[in-house]
Amino acid sequence: MDKKENKKNDSGSKKSMNRRDFIRLGFQAAAFVSIASVSGYLVKKSMDEDLVWQIDPYKCTQCGRCATSCVLNPSAVKCVHIYIMCGYCNLCSGYFVPNVKELNTGAENLLCPTKALKRSYIEKHYYKYDIDRELCIGCAKCVKGCSSFGNGSLHLQIIRDLCKKCNQCSIAKVCPSGAFKQISASKAYLLKSGWKG
Amino acid sequence: MSKIFKILSFLYFALNSAVLFAQQRFPQPEFDNGHVPPPTQLPFDQGIFMVYLDIFVFVVLLSLITYFILKKRSRRFVFWSTVFSVIYFGFYRHGCVCSIGAIQNVSLALLDKSYILPISVIVFFVLPLFYTLFFGRTFCAGVCLFGSLQDLVIYKPVKVSSWIQKSLGIIPYLYLSLAVLFAATGSDFIICRYDPFIGFFRFSATFGMYVFGVLILVTGIFIARPYCRFLCPYGVLLNWISRISWWHLTISPTDCIQCGLCENTCPVDAIQKPTATVKSEPQEKGTKRLLLFFILIPVFMFASGFICSSLYKPLSMVNLQVRLAQEISDEILTNTKSASQEAITFNASGISVKELFADAAVIQSKIYKGAWIMGALLGLFLATALIRSSIFKYRTIYEPDRGNCLSCGRCYKYCPVDKDRRRKEKAES
Repeated sequence: MDKKENKKNDSGSKKSMNRRDFIRLGFQAAAFVSIASVSGYLVKKSMDEDLVWQIDPYKCTQCGRCATSCVLNPSAVKCVHIYIMCGYCNLCSGYFVPNVKELNTGAENLLCPTKALKRSYIEKHYYKYDIDRELCIGCAKCVKGCSSFGNGSLHLQIIRDLCKKCNQCSIAKVCPSGAFKQISASKAYLLKSGWKG
Repeated sequence: MSKIFKILSFLYFALNSAVLFAQQRFPQPEFDNGHVPPPTQLPFDQGIFMVYLDIFVFVVLLSLITYFILKKRSRRFVFWSTVFSVIYFGFYRHGCVCSIGAIQNVSLALLDKSYILPISVIVFFVLPLFYTLFFGRTFCAGVCLFGSLQDLVIYKPVKVSSWIQKSLGIIPYLYLSLAVLFAATGSDFIICRYDPFIGFFRFSATFGMYVFGVLILVTGIFIARPYCRFLCPYGVLLNWISRISWWHLTISPTDCIQCGLCENTCPVDAIQKPTATVKSEPQEKGTKRLLLFFILIPVFMFASGFICSSLYKPLSMVNLQVRLAQEISDEILTNTKSASQEAITFNASGISVKELFADAAVIQSKIYKGAWIMGALLGLFLATALIRSSIFKYRTIYEPDRGNCLSCGRCYKYCPVDKDRRRKEKAES
């Protein structure tokens, strides 16, 4: 099993090192040194944490590919709501279709195809908007409406406990605006931070 | 005073609008009923703990399987290790991180200074190389997720004739060099994209990839481990390192008695028979032939480098930036409107066409250089394969071909010497 027996089988119980063994030893040393030096270099520029994919909300152009390109169905990308940026409008451009006739919850009036964006009454003229994560498919229709005519308080993010952390994110591969990037796992999200001043 | 205020407010708006290109069109109301906008709460995943658990499981499993193969000569442990690997790395961890895909991250990290690797990827890439240098391909036997899954479906392996094996054996070299080329230029991770099994673990893949995966598994019932032998790019590295490994699995625990019982037990045809007769040729003739082959090495390298580099245009179309540049230049030439989402987004982004073309040209020249290197290496491998096959090695015993042997341990129980050993061990205990 060990080296001695191997040698015996190989070359008829020669005790001194023959040429073949010497060349072999040379190759072994070279392989060891090269693997060690590559790993040393890699460790030097490594980090303790995993990298995770995330969407930069300021680069996203709401093309809608997040809903269809993820390896998961429904996608791990969902809409998130930054409440501190929201205007609580009655006529919400992320909630209602453009040129809406009546401001009620009739399906023909709503942008969201799965009714994942829900609203609740706060006080006169003002409504709070919430996203039902189970229903949201990440199609970005509401995001487009909100950032075109509203405050942009709705945006897409990859939801951490859903994401499979693929080595090559299949949405990142098709993202036309280069909004996908890898960030360290402890950061987890790239949320809009609200309005200053 | 008012001047300073004007400058300051201008600066404030200029800086703000650079960062936040949308405006706050509707200021948040002051609520009479005291409603306060809630903070946005989002779930986190298990985080850093899982990374270290993965590394721990990987190191322990690799060490255990090496111990059980080389020291205990146990096939049973290898079987349970393959089952565990499929359950843990496959169904529980969904197949990421894996050593095969890590090739791409490593080659990107070696060439792109800004790319930083997670520590788990380094461990998954480097550790099997070290273990193989010392103990042979024990990683392939039952730690690698791909190998484990295919090992479990081996039912009636047929012998593949050696010329088919050798000619199909070129595919992994091509696959490896393409994967490194595309990863190092930041174009694509093709090993991950064409991973045949990951869909099974996540219950999601395109139809084509499901078909590919099922095809490989069905083939694997009769032709053992088709991915490992005829596709795996990581296997190329392990194959070369395993040939010079310090220790390696031996079929017989002590001296081979040349009974030939193990001859047909290897599912991957890696058992080499003793040579029948000593072929002898005049030494001068052999030396001349070797010398000719050594002269042929640079010829091979140049020729295949030339062929690969002349393919740089189709190769560089894998890169998105190059593809976009091509589309935009076509658009300008034919004076048509943008059709694809990429082109529309680019036109809206305000980046100048010149900048895009310059970027694409840089990537293209990188791929051109890379294709030369890739071709030269392929030529070198072909030439060395030629030299290796022309050197006659005298063999008196049955022994595993160190490069191709995957250390699965199936040959153990057919060896009468090993049977004897086991009987003695049982009697002792």
